[in-house]
Amino acid sequence: MKIRIKFAKYGTMKFIGHLDMMRFFQKAIRRAGIDIKYSEGFSPHQIMSFAAPLGVGIESCGEYMDIEVLSMTSTQDIKDALNRVMVDGVEVLSVTVLPEQAKNAMASVAAASYRLQMKEGAFPIDHLEDKVKAFYGEESIPYTKETKKSVVEVDLKQGIYEIGVDSDGAIMMLVNASSSGNIKPTVVFEKLCQFVNLEIPQLSYQVTRLETYTDIAKAGEEHVFIPLADVG
Amino acid sequence: MRKLALNDDILMQVEKPARYIGNEVNSVIKDKTQVAVRFAMCFPDVYEIGMSHLGIQIIYSMLNEWEDVWCERVYSPWVDLDKIMREKHIPLFGLESQEPVKDMDFLGITIQYEMCYTNILQVLDLAQIPLLAAERGEGMPIVIGGGPCTYNPEPIADFFDLFYIGEGETQYRKLFDWYIENRAKGGTREDFLRGAAKIPGIYVPQFYEELYNEDGTVKGRRKQYDDIPDTILKEIVMDVTDAHYPLKPVVPFIKVTQDRVVLEIQRGCIRGCRFCQAGQLYRPVRERNVDKLKSYAVQMLKNTGHEEISLSSLSSSDYSHLDELLDFLIEDCSQKHTNISLPSLRIDAFSLDVMSKVQDVKKSSLTFAPEAGSQRLRDVINKGLTEEVILKGAALAFEGGWTRVKLYFMLGLPTETEEDIKGIGDLSNKIAATFFDTVPKDKRVNGKVQIVTSTSFFIPKPFTPFQWATMCTKEEFLEKAYQTKQGIMEQLNQKSIKYNWHEADVSVLEGVFARGDRKISQVILEAYKRGCIFDAWSEYFHNDVWMQCFEDCGVDIGFYTTRERPDDERFPWDFIDCGVTKEFLLREWKKAQDETVSSNCKVQCQGCGANRFGGGICYENR
Repeated sequence: MKIRIKFAKYGTMKFIGHLDMMRFFQKAIRRAGIDIKYSEGFSPHQIMSFAAPLGVGIESCGEYMDIEVLSMTSTQDIKDALNRVMVDGVEVLSVTVLPEQAKNAMASVAAASYRLQMKEGAFPIDHLEDKVKAFYGEESIPYTKETKKSVVEVDLKQGIYEIGVDSDGAIMMLVNASSSGNIKPTVVFEKLCQFVNLEIPQLSYQVTRLETYTDIAKAGEEHVFIPLADVG
Repeated sequence: MRKLALNDDILMQVEKPARYIGNEVNSVIKDKTQVAVRFAMCFPDVYEIGMSHLGIQIIYSMLNEWEDVWCERVYSPWVDLDKIMREKHIPLFGLESQEPVKDMDFLGITIQYEMCYTNILQVLDLAQIPLLAAERGEGMPIVIGGGPCTYNPEPIADFFDLFYIGEGETQYRKLFDWYIENRAKGGTREDFLRGAAKIPGIYVPQFYEELYNEDGTVKGRRKQYDDIPDTILKEIVMDVTDAHYPLKPVVPFIKVTQDRVVLEIQRGCIRGCRFCQAGQLYRPVRERNVDKLKSYAVQMLKNTGHEEISLSSLSSSDYSHLDELLDFLIEDCSQKHTNISLPSLRIDAFSLDVMSKVQDVKKSSLTFAPEAGSQRLRDVINKGLTEEVILKGAALAFEGGWTRVKLYFMLGLPTETEEDIKGIGDLSNKIAATFFDTVPKDKRVNGKVQIVTSTSFFIPKPFTPFQWATMCTKEEFLEKAYQTKQGIMEQLNQKSIKYNWHEADVSVLEGVFARGDRKISQVILEAYKRGCIFDAWSEYFHNDVWMQCFEDCGVDIGFYTTRERPDDERFPWDFIDCGVTKEFLLREWKKAQDETVSSNCKVQCQGCGANRFGGGICYENR
C-alpha cells in the first residue's frame, strides 16, 4: 500500500539538509514501528520517495514523502505514531493512501508556492506591490543558470506562474518545481532586487515553502495545479 | 521554539550547521529554574567524533536521570565557526539550552587522546573561561577532566580544577551533593575544591606541587593540605550489569562516525598485551549479564530507530556468552532489517560463520592485528597470536569467499630488529600465498586478493609494562617505515599488498604528552596561543610550530621520548593508582625483555593487583 505523508519543517530544523531529513525519517519510521516495506537484496532499504528537496535555511509547511507499507490500521494511526517520535520543528500534517497507479512524489512535482517574509530589522522595499507588478509585467526575465556542467540562459518568466504581495508585505509566488524546470525562490528574489536596483542581502528574508503541487492538466492544456496531498 | 545561540547568518555560513543547533531525538531539555546543578559535558573535538563516544552518552543519560541536574553537550566548534566566534565574541554554549557554558556550574571534559590537548584550551577560551585553573574566580564553572588520558593528568594539570580518575558512574552524585551543600552554606570555590579533594577518585591538582631532581625527573610531590590523599585510586564499577546504561542515546541528525546503537558487552580485557594501556586501566574484566544485554539491544534499537547495532569491548571474542548474544541478535535483527557490526573479533570458524550471516562477504574485509612481524616480537609484546593461527584463519576466510584482508602492525616496539620488520612483509606475503593455495583459479571472484598492511608507530604509555621503554625518534620511525615498504616490495605477491603508514611527527608529540610531567603544560599553552588546534586532524597539525614552542619553552623532547628510564624511576603518574601495581608492570617489563609470554586472566592469574577491587574475572571460576 502506498502512503503519502505531508509534513512541515520549521524553526531550527531548517538547518537540516535534505539527505539528513531522509535519514531522520528512516529512523523515525523505525521508532514509530510502522510496517514499512523494504527493498530486496543484501542490504535492504525502506521504500521511500521524497517530493522536492528543500534547501537549507528554508522552512516549509508543504513537504511530502511517499512510503510503501505492508500493513496499517489507519492513516490517522500512522500520523499519530509519527508525531509521537518527531522533534521540535517537524510535524506530520496529513497521511493519505495513494491509488496504486499513482506516480511517486518525486515524479509528480510540478510547482511549489513560496512566501518570502522580511525578517525583523531587514531593509524594507518601498511600494513593493507596484514593483513586483512591474517586474512580472516584463516581456521576459532572463537569467543565467550556472550548474556544475553548463551555463544556460533561461527565461524565468516561463516558470513563474503567479507572483504578488500579501497583506503582511510578504512576497508570494507560485513557481515551477519540476525536476526539469525547478526555479529557486531566492533566484526570483535576486532578480527582483536587480530590477528595482536594490542590494538586499538574501538572508534578510525568511523563505517558506507553502505547498507542493502536481499538475493534473492533460498534455497541451493550461496547468491545473493541485496539492500533492489531494491526489487520489 | 528555543532561541539559538548563533543567528541565521552565521549558521548559513558554516559547514554543517546541524553541529550547533541541538534538538536531536532523545536530547534532554529541562527547566533551568528547577535544577540545582547545570553540567556541560564536553568532548573536545568536532561534533561527529564527539557524538560517537559511548562514555558521554552514559554520563549524559545518568546525570539527566537525576531531577536536580541538567547535563548538556558541548563539542569543539569546527575551525570555520571558531573564527567567527572569536571575531564576534560569542561565548561557547551548551547544545540543549543554547546558553553560555560559563554560566553553568561544571564543565566536564572527556580526554580520550593526547592530540586533543589544544582543543581543551580552545573550548575553555571560546567559553570565556580563564585557561589556567589558578586564574578562575568565584562564579566560573568548575572544570573537570576525565577519561583515559587523565591517568597521567600532569601535562594538562594547570588547566583543570579537578580530575575524576576512573569510571564515571560512581562519584558524580557525591560530588554534586557536596557542591550543593557548599553553595548553600556560602562556601567558596576553594572550600568546594578542598572538600572535593577528599572524595574518592577526585584529584585537585592545584593542591599539589611536583618536585624535580636536578636531572629533571620527578623527585616527589608536596601537598598543600595534610588531609588530602597522597595517592588517588581509580574509581571502578564492580557491578556492570546494574550500572546505568543509556537506553535512549541521543540520535544525531547528521551522519557521525558511530551512527549506530553501541552495546558495551564487557569492560576490561583479559589479554595483557604489553603495549596496551586500556588493557591495564580497565582491569579487572567485568562482563554484563547476557539477558540484560538482549533487553538493552531491543530497547535501544526501538528508542533510536538506528539501522545498525555494534558490540563494544576491547576483545569481544572473550565475552563468555558471545554465541548466545549473537544468535539472539541475528534472529531479532533480521526481522527488523537491522545490521550487526562486529569489531574486535578473533578470526576463527565461529566468527567467520557469524560474519557471513551478517555481512556481505564480497564487500567486507577481515582484520587481523598481529602487531609485530615475528613470533619473537609477538612474544615480547605478549600478543598471543601465532602465525599458524593467522594463516589458518585466513585460509578459512578465503574459503568462505572473503578476498580482502587488513593487517595492523606497530613499528618501533621494544627490542625490534630488522628481522622483525622484515617479518611484516613476509607475513603479508604468506597470507596472499594462502589465498592462491586455497582458492582454485576458476573460483577467484576478481582473480585476486587484496592485502592492506598498515603500521602505526609504537608510543609507550603510562601504566603499561612498556612505560619504561624508550621511544624512537621521528627519523628512526621513518627509516623503519621505509624498511617495511622495501620488505613488502621484495615479496613475490607484492602486487596484492598495499602498504600504509602513519605520520611520524604526530607520534613523537603524542609520546611526549603521554609520559609528560607538569612542565609540558606551558608548551601546550604556548602552542595554543600560536594557533594550534585540531592537532588530531593532519590538515591542521603544524609540527613546525610545535617544535618551535618546545625550543622556546626550553623543554627537551628527548627527555620524554628517547631517554632510558631506570627501573626505580619515579614517574609523574605514580601518585595515581589504577589498581595494577608498579611491581607487576616491572615484572612484565622484565619478562618482555626475556621474550617470555604471560597467560591471560582466564588461564592463570598473574597477580597484577586488580583483585583488590573484589570482583570481576579475579573471582570467577576459571
